[in-house]
Amino acid sequence: MAITPPQFLLHHDGDNVAVAMTDLQPGTLHGRSVKEGTESEAILNHAIPLGHKFALTDLADGDSIIKYGTKVGLASAAIKKGDYIHTHNMRSYRWEASRA
Amino acid sequence: MGSKPRLMGYRRENGTMGIRNHVIILPLDDLSNAAAEAVAKVIPGTLALPHAFGRLQFGEDLELTFRTLIGTGKNANVAAVVVIGIEPKWTQKVADGIAATGKPVAAFSIEGKGDLHVIAEASRAAAMFLQDASALEREAAEMGDMIMSIKCGESDTTSGLGSCPTTSQAVDRWVAAGGTVFFGETSELTGGENLIADRCIDDACRDLFQLTYDNYIKVIESTGANLLGSQPTQGNIAGGLTTIEEKALGNIAKTGSVPVVGVLRPAEEPDPKKKGLYFMDSSSAAAECITLMAAAGAVIHLFPTGQGNVIGNPIIPVLKLTANTKTANSMKEHIDLDVSGLLRYEYDLAKAGDMMMDVINKTVNGRLCTAEVMGHREFTFTKLYISA
Repeated sequence: MAITPPQFLLHHDGDNVAVAMTDLQPGTLHGRSVKEGTESEAILNHAIPLGHKFALTDLADGDSIIKYGTKVGLASAAIKKGDYIHTHNMRSYRWEASRA
Repeated sequence: MGSKPRLMGYRRENGTMGIRNHVIILPLDDLSNAAAEAVAKVIPGTLALPHAFGRLQFGEDLELTFRTLIGTGKNANVAAVVVIGIEPKWTQKVADGIAATGKPVAAFSIEGKGDLHVIAEASRAAAMFLQDASALEREAAEMGDMIMSIKCGESDTTSGLGSCPTTSQAVDRWVAAGGTVFFGETSELTGGENLIADRCIDDACRDLFQLTYDNYIKVIESTGANLLGSQPTQGNIAGGLTTIEEKALGNIAKTGSVPVVGVLRPAEEPDPKKKGLYFMDSSSAAAECITLMAAAGAVIHLFPTGQGNVIGNPIIPVLKLTANTKTANSMKEHIDLDVSGLLRYEYDLAKAGDMMMDVINKTVNGRLCTAEVMGHREFTFTKLYISA
């Protein structure tokens, strides 16, 4: 089953964030979804370290961040496709007081 | 899958099956740590379990401390126990609770005698217990005889992708073989608690789970605190996890696919006749959580990590696995299984599960895990509220 190691993974098809599988530089990347095995390409706008996330779609402030096919937070600023996503532009929707 | 592996453990007087054979010197309270540690120096090969509490506690908080102390002594990885406390009454209560298993227990109290006298007396008992324990032999064991616990820590995004799904493989196989598994970390289900509720085996289980979860979260939310840096931790954030919900989904990814058969209070033993996956109300802090699970009878623990946690426990092996290739390389001496190849598609999840079971089987049979080799023996009590 040896395949080229993916540069990013998303949990489910339809997730709007992906996870870096190595320290990544900006550019066009190849990856796949873990659940369905769908291969895809995505643009990354910033250098991000292994394990960090970037957007697969444009997101408006307040939009849901979807990972595992589940809402895991809200965009706390406008986010462009390919942008790095972390505490600076994403927050919990359950714990309102938990913000950067 | 190949042939069934041969597992060997220590059958205790009450029928429970352990995989280690410790003689422990258990202080009732913080004041008795010095004497307990002295005994373990006089009789090398015994193990002192110093801790910070046990005085002026009351109500449910005191009951939890008793349950933790007695449960630790009752654990099937423990062959015999020397209990040392400042005063005789609570010391005897703990000793009696442990002795209900039928294993050898001796109790000593310090008031009116002083440390030196007690160290001499307790060392004589410890010497005898150690010699007797050394004569016990391993016998054939089944997964159904043993309780496994799971809890992750210093998680990152690789946890939910690799090390937690690998742990799930072991959970499902353990339960399918008739075994029992504990998971917990109440606050760390936030955003996915509905997934656990949906897996509860009946309405009574589901209602108790929901009540337990709601009560814990009420305490956290009532503080109005900004939890960023606490839950998720600074380590989680450094590893790319942003919110509690994102962390929770990764956490839940390690609980397998089997139903939740029961809900336990902290350090509460499961019904030995009802095997399967149990939820235990517990903190997500690693040492607290594993101490509670060991006190409820777990004899082996699986600990998926992302950024690299070094946790161990004095009486149960804590097996650490990671899918983060940086952690696997930079913290090798703390990692029992590297499954980073899963994320490079070098092998599939079933194969990662096979690798996990191989490490578990060797550990059951006596191979030391990294935490045991590195001397990690974190023994940490959960405190419910202030002491009197």
